[in-house]
Amino acid sequence: MIWPIDLIILGLVIVSAVAAITVKDLLSAAVLLGAYSFLLCLLWAVMGAVDVAFTEATVGAGVSTVFCVAAVFHTTRRTKD
Amino acid sequence: MKILGKITITICGLLLLFFTSDFPDWGDVNSPASTHLSPYFIEHTIEDTAVPNIVTSVLADYRGYDTMFETTVILTAGLACFLLLRIPRKDSIHRYYRHEPTGVTIRVEGDRYPKGSNVFTRIDSSWVPYDLIINFTCRLLIHFIQLFALYVVAHGHHSPGGGFQGGVLLGASVILFAISGNLRAAIKRFGEKTAAILSSTGVFIYAGAGALCLFIGEQFLNYSALGPLLGTDRIMARSHGILIVEIGVAMAVMAVMIWIYYNLSSAGKQDEGL
Amino acid sequence: MELFSFIVAKADYWAYVILMMVGLYALIAKNNLVKKIVGMTIFQTAIILFYVSIGYKKGATIPILHHGSDHGGEALAAHGAHAAAHGTQEVAEQAAHAVAHAGEAAVKAMDYINPLPHVLMLTAIVVGVATLGVALALAMKVYKEYGTLEEDEINQQLRNG
Repeated sequence: MIWPIDLIILGLVIVSAVAAITVKDLLSAAVLLGAYSFLLCLLWAVMGAVDVAFTEATVGAGVSTVFCVAAVFHTTRRTKD
Repeated sequence: MKILGKITITICGLLLLFFTSDFPDWGDVNSPASTHLSPYFIEHTIEDTAVPNIVTSVLADYRGYDTMFETTVILTAGLACFLLLRIPRKDSIHRYYRHEPTGVTIRVEGDRYPKGSNVFTRIDSSWVPYDLIINFTCRLLIHFIQLFALYVVAHGHHSPGGGFQGGVLLGASVILFAISGNLRAAIKRFGEKTAAILSSTGVFIYAGAGALCLFIGEQFLNYSALGPLLGTDRIMARSHGILIVEIGVAMAVMAVMIWIYYNLSSAGKQDEGL
Repeated sequence: MELFSFIVAKADYWAYVILMMVGLYALIAKNNLVKKIVGMTIFQTAIILFYVSIGYKKGATIPILHHGSDHGGEALAAHGAHAAAHGTQEVAEQAAHAVAHAGEAAVKAMDYINPLPHVLMLTAIVVGVATLGVALALAMKVYKEYGTLEEDEINQQLRNG
């Protein structure tokens, strides 16, 4: 019974991707991108790509979120769209 | 621009959706991607390299060139960040000091700062009070993260993991230290020079392992040539060669992640940061 | 029922196309540079997702070969192949056959998920975060120069000299 959880996670991934590009605050966008990466990590674990899931959990959800937050910290949170 | 973007993505999306009908079904065992090259990797990994984790053996052995140049790309990205952002320390810099007994913050211009004083401590311009819980928890966690990272690097042959994941975990532990305390303390322990040396040493270990095989008289990155050197047969030598290469990758990735974080979080000043 | 199985077989690909278009829309239409970088990351991960799902096989397990209790057998088989490499071609072929049919040591490609896309995408993710760092460094440099991350305001300043 892999189908249901797979499709549910895919739906959540699309929702978080759309949220990450529509939210009007760059810090929220960075955090939503981290959530998106972590959902993708779950999806890859379901698909059996354990190495890719591990990499995404450390790199995508961990380090790239920190990079985005660090960049937003030194620029601005404000955005028009 | 918004209307143009919407039109473009509608056309592109419809075209791509239309052509997905030609793809093999999701999870198809006999799809073309799974029938040509990958059966060889799956069936011959144990007898060729004695590594059960097929991903590791393909990553570091069958496709060793690919990974070597990926590591070089990561080093180049670290250097690019350094060259873009790093600014040398100016003379007319101002710093903030806190007088511990009274809690007064003073701003000092130039070099006239109280050196070696025990009542004044240097603070960031966006200073927040010392937080016991965050500091203690992070300090407790960092050791275990580093231990786990070493396990991931060393045990990549038998379980998910390897040089990339272990290196990123090691880098993340130092980044966690820099976030939980302050950036200067992290730089004092793991400086910019160390990051530069470690990242290039990692790439050098990878390329050097390949070149050593070349000097012994076989092809570049053919780890079987290392057998007599390591005191094992030709199959186990491949497994050990993969471990050497993974250590190089882990060093390079760790140092580059920390280096990029230092430059991004301090906007190139490497003085005070996030 | 025909339609349902068709939808189930292709629904994942449609989701990847939607994700990729979300990223492309952010790259084209968004005005903010950090938003564009976020869109670039989403586009990249959509492609990675597509590659990994190509390698998926129904009913197969993760690409780590089963070992442990039969490890001795495997080592023996590896040694056999190694010894055969020094013999004649004919002996080597026979030994290879023996290894392939040696019961527990035999590995069937049907039982394991295709590892090749995993390898390609594993390195792509790590290179992706390194390029994300460079992109954010460029955005910070632009902010320092113009004091804004909005593209139209930067264009305005460039036009005014």
